[in-house]
Amino acid sequence: MSATPMVTADRISKSFGSNNVLRSISLEVQAGEVLCIVGPSGSGKSTFLRCINHLEKIDAGRLFVEGQLVGYRQKGDKLHELKPKEAALQRRDIGMVFQRFNLFPHMTALENIIQAPMRVKRIPKAKATLRAMELMERVGLGDKADHYPAHLSGGQQQRVAIARALAMDPKLMLFDEPTSALDPELVGEVLDVMKELATSGMTMIVVTHEMGFAREVADSIAFMDGGVVVEAGPPRELLGNPQQDRTKAFLSKVL
Amino acid sequence: MTLPKHAAVARPNPATGGTQAQGDAIVAVPLRHPWRISIAVVLVFLLALFIVDASQRPDYGWAEVGKYLFDRRISQAAWVTLTLTIYAMIGAIVLGLLLAIMRLSPNPVVKSIAWLYLWIFRGTPVYVQLVFWGIVALIYPVFTIGIPFMTPWITIPNDVFTNLYITAVIGLALNEAAYMSEIVRAGLLSVDEGQEEASTALAMSWGQTMRYVVVPQAMKIIIPPTGNEVISMLKTTSLVAAIPLSIDLYGVSRGISAVTFTPVPLLIVASIWYLLFTSVLMVGQHFIEKRFSRGTGRRQAGPASESDPGAAAMTAAPMGNDLGGKG
Repeated sequence: MSATPMVTADRISKSFGSNNVLRSISLEVQAGEVLCIVGPSGSGKSTFLRCINHLEKIDAGRLFVEGQLVGYRQKGDKLHELKPKEAALQRRDIGMVFQRFNLFPHMTALENIIQAPMRVKRIPKAKATLRAMELMERVGLGDKADHYPAHLSGGQQQRVAIARALAMDPKLMLFDEPTSALDPELVGEVLDVMKELATSGMTMIVVTHEMGFAREVADSIAFMDGGVVVEAGPPRELLGNPQQDRTKAFLSKVL
Repeated sequence: MTLPKHAAVARPNPATGGTQAQGDAIVAVPLRHPWRISIAVVLVFLLALFIVDASQRPDYGWAEVGKYLFDRRISQAAWVTLTLTIYAMIGAIVLGLLLAIMRLSPNPVVKSIAWLYLWIFRGTPVYVQLVFWGIVALIYPVFTIGIPFMTPWITIPNDVFTNLYITAVIGLALNEAAYMSEIVRAGLLSVDEGQEEASTALAMSWGQTMRYVVVPQAMKIIIPPTGNEVISMLKTTSLVAAIPLSIDLYGVSRGISAVTFTPVPLLIVASIWYLLFTSVLMVGQHFIEKRFSRGTGRRQAGPASESDPGAAAMTAAPMGNDLGGKG
C-alpha cells in the first residue's frame, strides 16, 4: 500500500521497573483496517494500546500515527518530548474506549459526549448537542441522552463511551477490552455498535477476548504473549492454521 | 432419615401454601430491661438536681445573663466572631487548595515545601501560632523592596500585622489551611484514575480535566468535612485572645466581666451565642451530609427534564460551582 499507514509500531519496548511489558513490538495498521489483539492477560495488549495515544511513554523504538511520531518531535537525530498541549493535539484524532467505560458520573450521557468537542474544539454547545444526539441515535440510545451513567446498564454505558469518543471525529479508535466488564447478555449490543463502526470504514484497534467478533470483523489478528507479537495475520489463517505452538495452545483454550 | 425431610422444606408445601400464607404471629412476654430503667431514672434525677441547684446558686447570676444576652456590645462581638470565621475559612480553603495541588505536584521541591508547611502548622498549637503572629510586627517592622543585603529601594511600614483583626484572620487561615489541604487532597485522590485518563484521552488539558472532571467529583468528598471545619473554626476564633484581639465574642464578654466582676454569667452568655451559631451550622451540616451521601447522580432516578437536556446541563453546572464556593 502506498498510503501512509494509520499506525506504525517499529520495534517498540516498554517496561515498568524491571517488568518488560512490551518487547520490540512491530505492527502496522492501514487506514480503514480493523486489528484485533488477542492474548492472555498480562501479555501487554492494553499497554500497547495505551502507548498509541501516549497515555504511556515507550522506552525504545518508534511509534507513528499517520506518519507522525507519537509523543515526540524529531530534530536532527534528537528526540524532543512534546509539550502537554502538543500531545493533546495528537490525541484529538484518536478515540479511546475503556474496559470500565470511565464515563463522567456527574454528567448526563449527553453532557459526557459534548464535553470534549466544547472544551477542546470550541464547538458551540448547540452544535455539539445536535451532533451528540446523532451519535446517541447511532449507538441506539436516542432516548437516554438525559440519563446519568449510574442509571444506565453496563452495555448502555459502554455505548455512550463509544459515542463520546466518536464525538471528536477520530480517525482511529482504540478499544481496550470493551466488553470484559459486561454481563454476558450485554456484550452483544456493544459488539453490534462496533461492527457497524467497522463497516463504516473506521480504523480500529481492538484488544478483546471475543474471538467470534475478531473472526467476523477483523482484517487481521495479532496474538500477543509475554510482551511480544507471537503471530499475526488474517483471521482465517491465524485462527484456522496457527503456526506457533503458543498460539495453538492459547486458541485451544478460548475457541 | 433426615435428608428427604429437608428436601421437602425447600419446596412449597401444598397443604399450607394455598390456604394459610403466614405462620402464627408471635405472642411472647418481652424481655425486661430493669437496668436500663434504673440508670435512666438516676440520670434524670441527677440532671434535675443540677438544674434546680444551678437556678438558685447566685454565682450563675441568671439575671445578669438575661441582661447581657442581647447587649449591643455582645451582639456586635458575635458578628466579629462570624466574620472572623468566614474570612479565615475562605483564606484557608484557597491556600489549602493550593497546598493540596502542590503536594500532588511532580516537582519534588514544590511537594517538599507543601509538606514542610503542613509539618509546621499541624505540629504546633494554634494558640502558639497566634501568639507568634501577634508579635511578628516587632520582628518585621517594615517590608522592603530591593536587592537582598543592600540598601532597600522602597520601605513600607508593616501595617498588616499591626492590624490585630487582619492578623487574627491570617493566623487562623494559615493554621486551618494545613488541615484544609489534607481534606482537598483526599478529595482529589478519591476520584478514580480512569476519570483523568478518559479526559486526557479526549484531548482535554490538565486544567480542563481538573476543572470539569476531577474537582466536581472531588467536591462530594471535600464538602462534608469542610462543613465540620467551619464549625470547628467558629470555636477556634475564641483563641484570638492570644494575639491579643479582644473584639470577638469571647474577648468582649471577658472584657465586660472584668469590669463587673461577674465572670460566670458572661461565660454563659458567650456560650449561648456560640451554641446558637454551632447549632445552625450543624443543621446545615446535616443537610450537606445527606445530600452528598447520595449516589453519584444528582437525581434519585430517571432522566432530567424531558423537554430540554441543555437546560439540565445549565442548571447542573452552576450547582457544582456554587457548592465549590461555599465549601
